[in-house]
Amino acid sequence: MRVHDVEKRTNLAVPLMAAPVAAGFPSPAEEHEDRPLDFNELLVKNPASTFAVKAQGDSMVGAGIHDGDICVVDRSLKPVDGSVIVALVNGEFTMKRLRMKAGRVWLKPENSNYPDIPITEGTEFEIWGVIPKSVRMHTA
Amino acid sequence: MMVGLVDCNNFYVSCERLFQPQLRGRPVVVLSNNDGCAVARSEEAKQLGVKMGAPWHLHRAAWKQAGVTVRSSNYALYGDLSNRVMSILRMLTPGIEVYSIDEAFIDFGGMGGREEQVARELRATILQWTGIPVSIGIVPTKTLAKVANRSAKKVPVSGGVRVLLTDEVQQQVLSKLEVEDIWGVATRLGRRLRALGIATAADMRNAAPEALRKEGGVVLERIGRELRGERCLQLDDATRSAKSIMASRSFGRPVTERSELEQAVASFVSRAAEKLRRQHLTAGTVTTFIHTSPFRPTDRQYGASALVRLCVASSNTPKLIQAALQALREIYRPGFRYVKAGILLDAFEPAGEEQTHLWAGGDSENERGLMATMDRVNRIWGRGTLNMAACGVRNGWSMRAEHLSPRYTTRWQDLLHVA
Repeated sequence: MRVHDVEKRTNLAVPLMAAPVAAGFPSPAEEHEDRPLDFNELLVKNPASTFAVKAQGDSMVGAGIHDGDICVVDRSLKPVDGSVIVALVNGEFTMKRLRMKAGRVWLKPENSNYPDIPITEGTEFEIWGVIPKSVRMHTA
Repeated sequence: MMVGLVDCNNFYVSCERLFQPQLRGRPVVVLSNNDGCAVARSEEAKQLGVKMGAPWHLHRAAWKQAGVTVRSSNYALYGDLSNRVMSILRMLTPGIEVYSIDEAFIDFGGMGGREEQVARELRATILQWTGIPVSIGIVPTKTLAKVANRSAKKVPVSGGVRVLLTDEVQQQVLSKLEVEDIWGVATRLGRRLRALGIATAADMRNAAPEALRKEGGVVLERIGRELRGERCLQLDDATRSAKSIMASRSFGRPVTERSELEQAVASFVSRAAEKLRRQHLTAGTVTTFIHTSPFRPTDRQYGASALVRLCVASSNTPKLIQAALQALREIYRPGFRYVKAGILLDAFEPAGEEQTHLWAGGDSENERGLMATMDRVNRIWGRGTLNMAACGVRNGWSMRAEHLSPRYTTRWQDLLHVA
């Protein structure tokens, strides 16, 4: 049996290349690479407080929200006059535009076929979340 | 250095109510897996006398008559809302230890006297962002945090936040707490302590550490010290990995066929193996167990388990299924009505550092890649999109969940509809 001599090895620092050294030309885009577009980044600012609901009916078509659209609901956003909101009115969920003016509060549908919903002292009213964005699927 | 314990109030019920406002102010009971027994109750249900663990099939009629609404466990929903609560805590405090799906310890270090205000802000933020009400107890140690939280839920004036700072306040609360109700003290130990005149947490706080050590070892001594406000237990790193992973289920109906048990066992392994891979671990042993129902006295009774040791630890689902099925073959006896089966993965080693042998290597590059791809597909398209054929397609044994609410936060087809 033949025993090989133990070979002494050295550690050589190899410079790290940004591009692989394999054959072919390095991509001219190499230096300018970016992450692909992230729809979460576009639609969800605060994941812990963001929910999704589906719009039903045509009461908000004037705001561009159609039947079957997916609405982003962010519970961390502060509702202001003009916000599109999901609210609980007398125990029922509804999606309308919030109006607050001169001490008066009402929910405004974006469709003239529907009446305003006045919020008075007798109304059980709670804002569930603010809808900052909505998504429409044009084909299934 | 202060510790807080955040506890979601009637968590499962709160999750259900977030999307079903008609359940507010009404008695609600959430049932365990397979619609077995009560695992969560609304305040109204507690007031009606619904007990934790009460079996549904015994109380069905009475609850219905009392106007109780029942829901099956919707763990997809509860898990998602739990993650939201924990991520807010992680975002807004210096450190957290997730204790269970609805409890976490938080570090109040470096807040010098502002703990109570911070706790109230945390509570308000969690309620606003997630809709989940929580209680927070603030105290010097983890054990006292547990105590504080009990009282936070019981004392309505505290507004969900309770600070047990002064000795007098601590003494007052501790003297009302029975010794068995202390976190970490079991009934049997409680009986022994009572014999020594230690009946409440206050007694234990005042007991000599040596006496506690003699009765219950270092663990009990530590509990005593913690009750006095000496910090002995640290917040654990939230990323601490599991020691073993179990997956088991009670069946929706008794199962007699081996093929059905095989499918059940294979699907348990699939679930557990996915968890294993998520923690970058491999398992060295697989245990399979099956048993009949002790609650069906007319059935012949049988139960058994068997352990199979792998040559090399693995996180590869087919290999682990093979081992689990081998164990099942050892223990399966025909002619019994099985109501439960389960598997346990154990003897973990970090992935890539498995002890290999001359004849057997670890999981190959290809095997790892296949599993990674399967996990990705299932994460994106939903659990069970890709599955091992051994798990079967239509599962007669899968659990009963007759009162399951939609998975509002995890399935596109389950979204809340709002007009």
